[in-house]
Amino acid sequence: MSKHHVSTVINGEPTEFLCEPQLTLLDVLRDELRLTGSKEGCSSGDCGACSVTVDGRLVCSCLMLAVEAEGHKIETIEGLARGSDLHPLQRKFLEEAALQCGFCTPGVLIAAKALLDRNPNPTETETRFWLAGNLCRCTGYDKIIRAVLDVAAEMRGERAPA
Amino acid sequence: MLDYTAPSTVEEAVRVLAAAPGKAKVLSGGTDLLVQLRSGRVKPALIVDIKKIPDISGIRERDGGFVIGAATSGAALGESKALQKAWPGVVEAANLIGSTQVQGRATLAGNLCNASPAADSVPAMIAAGAICVVAGPKGRREVSVESITTGPGRTSLGEGEFIVEFHLPKRPPRSADAYLRFIPRTEMDIAVVGAAVNLTLDAAGVCTAARVVLGAVAPTAVIVPEAAAALVGRKLDETALAALDQAARRACKPIDDKRGTIEYRTKVAGVLARRTATIAYERAGERR
Repeated sequence: MSKHHVSTVINGEPTEFLCEPQLTLLDVLRDELRLTGSKEGCSSGDCGACSVTVDGRLVCSCLMLAVEAEGHKIETIEGLARGSDLHPLQRKFLEEAALQCGFCTPGVLIAAKALLDRNPNPTETETRFWLAGNLCRCTGYDKIIRAVLDVAAEMRGERAPA
Repeated sequence: MLDYTAPSTVEEAVRVLAAAPGKAKVLSGGTDLLVQLRSGRVKPALIVDIKKIPDISGIRERDGGFVIGAATSGAALGESKALQKAWPGVVEAANLIGSTQVQGRATLAGNLCNASPAADSVPAMIAAGAICVVAGPKGRREVSVESITTGPGRTSLGEGEFIVEFHLPKRPPRSADAYLRFIPRTEMDIAVVGAAVNLTLDAAGVCTAARVVLGAVAPTAVIVPEAAAALVGRKLDETALAALDQAARRACKPIDDKRGTIEYRTKVAGVLARRTATIAYERAGERR
């Protein structure tokens, strides 16, 4: 089988890889590039554990072929923190215990960041609908939603960081 | 063995589709195709990714109407203020498909060609009178959206044909559309029933033209001329709504499944048609 050569930018780093055409972006991120923060949950676009952004657009990396990444900018959970400085979303999720087993958390964080990048002041309803494609079997969602809204307020300067 | 190609023109795409050794599948958003590839439901020899074709993604205004590229994502549709203003029903229907993540990729063309009876954007596009431009080995042809789906999972597209773009017509004054779907949850589900209404009012608020289309109550979306006739020549009074409700119920030929029984779907179709018509009527009235 012929492999395709793909040039992309992942978390700001120009990245090239070879892949077979049937592989998903998630397959290559995890198995080829060893970026295992993006999780494989359902592989059918229902659970959101594999969420990444492509040119700023939130997508499921399980629903995209790796070859389609050619020429595009990908952001994954590994690019969220700056070195040892956690992103405010990551810090707040820890402070408010907005995770339990953690499997859904990378996808939730990427999706929440995509929301706040577009809308720094989302309502609770908007936040719940935006994150409806990220399934969590532990938290019951309330803590996740609260953490996202608290970070949004903090990032708007309405609330001092804890 | 599977191969992948991303042609840069419509003509090249037609050529590679025609020359494919086995079955070829067109890829735009991929939110249905990748799931089908994984499950083994489709086993193409070639995937033809159309997203590198210029103008295949994006929304352009032309002659008072809109041209929507086949690979335009649902998210892009929702971000177009002009499209949202002119065709709120089309946009709300497209934006009901899947999650935020799915919206980032899913397209009108994919929703149509996947040919699910419950596809959300299809009743709204049919009610809007949308036209698709189809490219293929014999050149381009323009066909109505309702002529594409012929049954669950089946389309009228010939070998090597694919949808390039959609055209939404220029609207007369005091026109609006709406789409509602019924699901037992609040989001991320498949329609039990979908209803689309597109109508035009005169200065006095009397309906002068209407299209009513139901989804998920038959093998394909159903245009219900009797339901439209119930609205035309009247304001949206109870007589009109009751006739619309009855006409919508009579047009249903649903299946019994886990989402709803025949009886339930039929009743909901009438109720949903009423609600959708009311929203479209109010929207059109605000455009006086």
